[in-house]
Formats: sequence, C-alpha cells, structure tokens
Amino acid sequence: MTRFVLIKLGRALITIFLCITICFFVLRLTGDPVDMMFSDEVPETVKAEFRERLGLNRPLPEQYAKFVLSIFSGNFGTSLLDGKDALLVVAERIPATLLLGGAVFILALMIGVPAGVIAAVHRGRGTDRLVMGGAVFGYAMPNFFLGILLILFFSMQLRLLPSSGYGSFAHLVLPAITLGTAMAGKLARFVRTSVLEVLGNPYVQAARGMLLPSRRVLFRHVFPNAAIPVITFLGFELGLLIGGAVVTESVFGWPGVGRLLTLSVARRDLAVVQVIIFLIAGTMILANLLVDVAYGWLDPRIRYGGDAR
Amino acid sequence: MTPILQAHGLSKVYQGRRQGLFGKPPALRAVDNVSFDIAAGEAFGLVGESGCGKSTVGRMVSAATQPTAGSVLVDGAPFTRPMPLARRAEVQVVFQDTLGALNPRLSIGRQLVEPLAIHGIGDGDGRKAMAEAKLAEVGLPADVMERYPHEVSGGQRQRIVLARSLGLEPKLLICDEAVSALDVSVQAHIVNLLSELKHKRQLGLLFISHDLRVVNHLCERVGVLYLGSMVEIGPRRILRMPAHPYTRALAGALPAGRPGERRKRIVLSGELPSPLSPPSGCPFHPRCPHATDICRQVKPALRMLDADHGAACHRLEEIAA
Amino acid sequence: MHADGETILAVTDLCVDVGGRRAIDGVSFSLGKGQTFCLVGESGCGKSLTCRAILGQLPPDIRQVGGTVTLSAAQPGRPRKAPRIAMIYQDSTASLNPVLKVGEQIAEPLRVHFGLSEQAAQKEAMRLIDAVGIADAKRRYHAYPHELSGGTNQRIAIARALACRAEVLLADEPTTALDVTVQAQILDLLAEVQREAGLSVLLVTHDLGVVAEIASDMAVMYAGRIVESGPVSRLFDAPSHPYTEALLACLPTLGEVEGPLAAIPGVVPPLGRRPDGCGFAPRCPRGRDICRAERPPLAGIAGGALVVCHFPLTGAVQ
Repeated sequence: MTRFVLIKLGRALITIFLCITICFFVLRLTGDPVDMMFSDEVPETVKAEFRERLGLNRPLPEQYAKFVLSIFSGNFGTSLLDGKDALLVVAERIPATLLLGGAVFILALMIGVPAGVIAAVHRGRGTDRLVMGGAVFGYAMPNFFLGILLILFFSMQLRLLPSSGYGSFAHLVLPAITLGTAMAGKLARFVRTSVLEVLGNPYVQAARGMLLPSRRVLFRHVFPNAAIPVITFLGFELGLLIGGAVVTESVFGWPGVGRLLTLSVARRDLAVVQVIIFLIAGTMILANLLVDVAYGWLDPRIRYGGDAR
Repeated sequence: MTPILQAHGLSKVYQGRRQGLFGKPPALRAVDNVSFDIAAGEAFGLVGESGCGKSTVGRMVSAATQPTAGSVLVDGAPFTRPMPLARRAEVQVVFQDTLGALNPRLSIGRQLVEPLAIHGIGDGDGRKAMAEAKLAEVGLPADVMERYPHEVSGGQRQRIVLARSLGLEPKLLICDEAVSALDVSVQAHIVNLLSELKHKRQLGLLFISHDLRVVNHLCERVGVLYLGSMVEIGPRRILRMPAHPYTRALAGALPAGRPGERRKRIVLSGELPSPLSPPSGCPFHPRCPHATDICRQVKPALRMLDADHGAACHRLEEIAA
Repeated sequence: MHADGETILAVTDLCVDVGGRRAIDGVSFSLGKGQTFCLVGESGCGKSLTCRAILGQLPPDIRQVGGTVTLSAAQPGRPRKAPRIAMIYQDSTASLNPVLKVGEQIAEPLRVHFGLSEQAAQKEAMRLIDAVGIADAKRRYHAYPHELSGGTNQRIAIARALACRAEVLLADEPTTALDVTVQAQILDLLAEVQREAGLSVLLVTHDLGVVAEIASDMAVMYAGRIVESGPVSRLFDAPSHPYTEALLACLPTLGEVEGPLAAIPGVVPPLGRRPDGCGFAPRCPRGRDICRAERPPLAGIAGGALVVCHFPLTGAVQ
C-alpha cells in the first residue's frame, strides 16, 4: 500500500510541475503582458522600462529558470497591481474559498446521496421521477439565475439573509445553496446509477435471498460497492470547487479565489495567476490522490489485484 | 497433399511487470511447444480446460498474436504478419460470443457484404447475390439480410457469422468455443452444419472446445492441452481410449451418459495451478494419481505410441496395463 | 405428486408474466425431503425464472400472476427469520460480495439469524469452509472472492447456504461455468452435502448429463410449461414426450459417430408468440391439428411419470 501511495505522490509532483510550466509559457506567449497592463497612450519608453524592471525582456528560458529557482525559496513573485507578494494575495482569499467550498460539499453530500439512494430503491415509481426531476432542475438552473432569485426572495422580500458579503454564517447560506444545488443534482444522478448497478448484482440477490434485513443489505452490501464510482466523481468535483465558483462569487460579492483569478487574468497579473494555477492544480491532484487511496481502501480488488489461487 | 495447416513448435511467453526495482519480470508461458497438422476436409479438436492455452494457440494460428517461437504454415507457406490482404482471407475465425461478433448498428446484409467490399471481391449487386448465396449455404433465408443482430436468435447469429466468413472462401476455419454458448438443440444444428461445410468445401477446421463430446462427434483428430503443453494427440478414439492420465481424467469427469451409470471417474484433486508458477517436471504431476519421482523432475516429451497417436507421459506403459 | 417420503416444497400451477406476457404457464412439481430434483430445459424455457419465483425474488417488471409455492411445516424451534431455502448461482464469484472476505460472508447468516458471537461465527465458518473441501480453511477465511477460482467460490457459496441451515437448496446451473474436472468435484460435493445435511436439492440445468449423474427425479420444461416429469431412469430409458426424446437424441456422445446429430428442426418460440395449443407442436414430428389447437392434457404413465401430450410416445395410464 505504501508503495502505491508513494508512486502516486511522485506522479502528482510531476503533474503539478508540468501545469505550472505550461501556464508560465502560455501567459507570456499569448501577448505582451506589459501591453495588456497599460493603455495605448502610455509611451513606449515607459513600457520598455517596466519590462526591464520586471525582467520581462529577458529570453523566456532564462525567465523560466529564474522562476523555478525562486519557487523553491517560496517566492512566487509580486502582484503587478499592488506590489504585494503574490502568494500572500492569494492566501488572503483562500479561507473564504475553503469555507464556501466546504459548505457546498457538505450540503451536496447531505442532499445528493440520500436522494440518489431513494431514487434507486424506488426505481421507476413516482418518488424516483420526482427526485430525478429535482436533480435535473438543480444542475440545469444557471447559478447566477438561481443566486439572484434567492437574493430577491430571501434578502429583498423576506429580509432574512444578507444579499452579499462575507463574515457570518448568514452570509454563507445563500451562496452555498446556489452552488450546492447544482452539485447535489449531479451527485444524486450519479449515486442513483451506481446504486442501481449494484442492486442488479447477483451478490445483492444472494444477500436478499438469505433473508438478511434490508438495512443490512443496503449498508453492508450495497453502499460499499456503490461508493466506489461515486468517489471518483466526488474527487473531480472537489478539485473544481476551488476555481469554479467565479460566477457565484461575483453574484454574492464573496471574496474568493475564483473571482481573483478572472481579474488577474484580465489584468495579466502574471504572478498571481501562476499562484492560483498552482493552487488549483495542486488541489485537483490532491483530490485525485485521495480518491485513488480511497479506492484502494474500499476495493480489495485494487489493493491486491489479480488472483492468488 | 500439403496439409492446410502446419503448426510447428508454437510457443507463447508473456512478460509480466517487474516486481520491485530489481528482480526479473515474471514470465507467463501460455503455450509451450505445440505442434499439429490439419489436412483439407479434416477437423482437428483442441481440447483442454480454462487457462490451458487453447485460445492462445488459436490466436497464433490466425496470426492475431505473434508466436514467441515456432511457425505457422497455411497451405505450405508461412502465415505471419505482415501479409497481403488476399492471404488474410485464407484463415477465418468464429468466436463464442455471437452478439459481440456482429455490429449491433448495422444490418446483417451490410455486415455480410462488408468483407467482400474490403477484399475487392465482386461489385455492388454481385456482392449482394454472393451474400445471399452464402446465407443459403448455411440454411438461412435471404430476408435475414434486412434484419439486425438482436432480432435473430443465437443459433441464427452463429450461422450468419459463418456465412460472413465463408464469403471470403477461406481454406482454414478456426472455431473458438463456437458452440459452447448455444442450447443443445441449436448446437446440434451448428455442429452438423460445420461437418457439412468441412466436407463440401474441403475446409480445414481447427475446433477449440472444452466439450469432449462435441469434439468427438466433429473432429477426426484431437489434441489435449494442459497448462500450455500438448499432453496427448491422436485420432478421435483417444477420447474413448485415452493413454495420458489427464485425458483419462477429462473423459472420466464427464457426467454419466445414462442414469445410474457411475462415472469411471479418476478423482483429480486440487485445481489448475497458476501458469505463472507452473510445477516442475511434468505440469500435471501434482494432480496425477500415477506421479513418481521422475515425473516431478523431468518434463516428458511427446512420445509416439503408434503412427498417429502420441502422449507426453513417463509412465504410459504402466498406466495402460 | 410425490409418492414416497414427505414433500418439502410444492409448486402448484405457477404462472409468471414478464412484461405482460406469459413466461411460466401453469408449472407444477414437488420436491421430496432429501431428494435431488432436476428442472431441465433450454434457454428461455423459464427454469431460472421458476427458481426466482420460488424464492420470491422476481425483478420489478416480472410478476407471479397465479399458482402457489408452499413449503412444508417448519421444524419447531427454528428461528423464524432464518431462510429455509438457499440458492447458489451460475456465476459463483459474482454471487459473493467483492469487498468482503469470503469467511465473513459465510459467518453473516450465522450472526444475523442464529445470534452467534463474532468468534463463534468465525469458528463455525472455518469449519464449514473445511467441510466443503477447501484446504487451509483458516487462511482462506480471510480471502476475497476475486482471489479465488470459480470452483472454490462455488464451494464457498455452498458453505454459505449451509450456514443458513437451509432445508432446500436451489442450484441454478451451478456447474455450467466451471471446467469439467471441477464440475465433477462440485457435483460430488453437492451429493455429499445433501447426504450429511439432509438437504433437498432442486437443480436447474440444461445439461442432461448432470441430471443423469445426480438426480433421482426430473421435470422437462419447454416454453414455460412442463412437458414431462418423473424418475430420471424412466425418462432416459423410455421418454414419453417427443421433446424429451428429441433432446436426448441430439446429444453428442463419446461413442462411435454414426452420421449427423439428430437436430430438432425450428426454434423455441419467443415470449408472446407461443402457440395456443401445445408449445412444441410446430416442431414436433408427431404434431397434428389438435396439438396446435388445444393444450394437451396431463396423463400419468407407468413408472410414476407424468406427461403433457396428445400423443405420448408410450401408452398413457389413466
């Protein structure tokens, strides 16, 4: 098992490295950053001096080498906008993102998993259709639309919850619901398919044939097997939570990393973009790593593989 | 007359992945030095249980897999890749899974015509007529051309697959468990059809199966494989009067033909060992009731008992007595 | 229907519909205590469905629409919820939960139904693993199904059925997916287990050789109906129904080859296109108009056999 984890870790590091490298070159090769930062009226001499100062006129490989070396000392560069350390700029926004991400994840799990299981167990009947209809509604609804609707109702009409901002639990509710319904909807569908597939298996039939109580069949025989594909899905979604909340963050004025990313890309704030890419890549990879490890823990076929007659 | 097929010294070794940083990668010897001939109009039955390597032999004969050692000659000439398209047509394969062998989205007519088109045989209308003729040969009406694979029964699908293969006028037909998934009554039809085709067209037929009774009915000659090695080879009567202990056990393990008739069973203990760690000496010795020291140490070579019958065992004479 | 000994399981006029179409049409037979009874037929005849109906485990769109399945009175003192019928399946590995150890799966009914403690259940499970002929039982307890071969897993499935202390064992093609040498071992095991545990076995198969080997009585199914039933020796020596005779005749043997196999012309009618009269009439060499029009009556034949045919091969005794 340790060997398994070590190999995955090694591969993960290589992938992160590749991501940053690609990001680095794409940012610099898709247009002169300095041109993007200033309007056309600024004289060329000023721009040239800026480039010189930032080291942007040096050959790319040299810039890259400097960049890589500085990473190892924890220096990701400075934000072009306010001169602050890029890492710090991003770090400031992480707590908000984590809070929202965590809340969304928990909410989606609490709604999506039971919904999916109920739909699967009552397959074909009214309950199933109702739940699945709700799921489709959940993820088809554009999140800015849902967000605004929620604001109109809960903030404007009922004056129960704040319409934007960050700081208290009340501020978290609406944004979490907005993002959570979409993820819950997808999760419910996924869980339903997975549970249905497991229910059709001979070992579930056999367990039922032995007249084991339904609850036991569900928890001991169905869930562990149905969880395996669902975990892959969750890993993927988890990775996306970091950077994928842009629209919701905009609607609710939530100071998260997603919003920062779009702003920084638009302003060609290279250092900050690089940090965020690194963060997203790292999260994605960590999530996948956790999924792989969870697989090995849940499914003995992956742990031991092959037959050992 | 040159035999349609000459398989000589066929071996296939698969390399596993290295365990750890050092150490040799494990080698899986799936097939070890298998040789046999098939004459025109003759069916050769390759029998054995799961993991014995019979499908691998089939794949080497059809050039789907390259042998690690040995040669395959079809009609006297080597049959290996790369080869011209026309030569490819000389060996055709029919598998167990009839649904998997046919594209569910294409009509049967299109699938019958397709190989003809690929090989540049005939033209548009001519191909359709040829396909219908082949259908007639396997006993199916021409209106089947319009149907889809899921609309016909398993037995009909197997006939369709045969018709498709025959379209290319092959010299050798390989059947890999082709009737194993069929009901007994349907199986009888297909077996009869194969027998007829073999005779009429003077086809060579390599019939891979685990079912000794079907093999006895259809095949003039039989080869028995165990863990990749040919342990006995000869005319069909070796199934009734086996020389090798494994063949005896196989034949004896068959459920009785008539009730009350106890199997002349030789109790085989244990199960097939893993091909990754085959036993030393004779591969069968751990389960053989007649095993002695030499069996554990030296792998027996195939010994000819008479002109057309051979077995690989150290103790043939004592066992027969 | 069962002459000597008591009947433990009786199926009477069972009718099952699949998607509104009749798949099992009035099937009746009985299983005697300690007996091995085989239900024989080709694919689509409804034999596997009959097993599921007996267990009460029909899938959603399949419904029992008539007939009864009755078990004889239970032994007093037997835990009420413990299953009296256990089943083993064709794909033994798939019938075991892939993420649980095989030993734990055998121990499960012992803990749930018989209230054994974890240690006691484990001990008993190991004993059962040994009893079904698996070497090194202590170690095998901790194995997972994918680590074991099909034959070994079928033994585990049998051990699990024994753990349920079931009285009836339903076996749905238990040896079809196994190599012939392993098949022989499993059949032997079934016979031994039946003797020692006093099980009554209902075995469903398409392989007449297995029937001849292991069963004392049998019933032949065709297109959802039973066409003939009775002692195995009787049906093999002197079949009364044309289908039984045809089925026996088309089997290849290890004997001398004398011409082509006697194949049955035509195909099994699919669901929804079964004839009003006798299901076999379109393919029967003896079929006449009345066969196509009217369902044939049930008639008794000497030797304890029953046949459903207008013109049985051997004379009917009323």
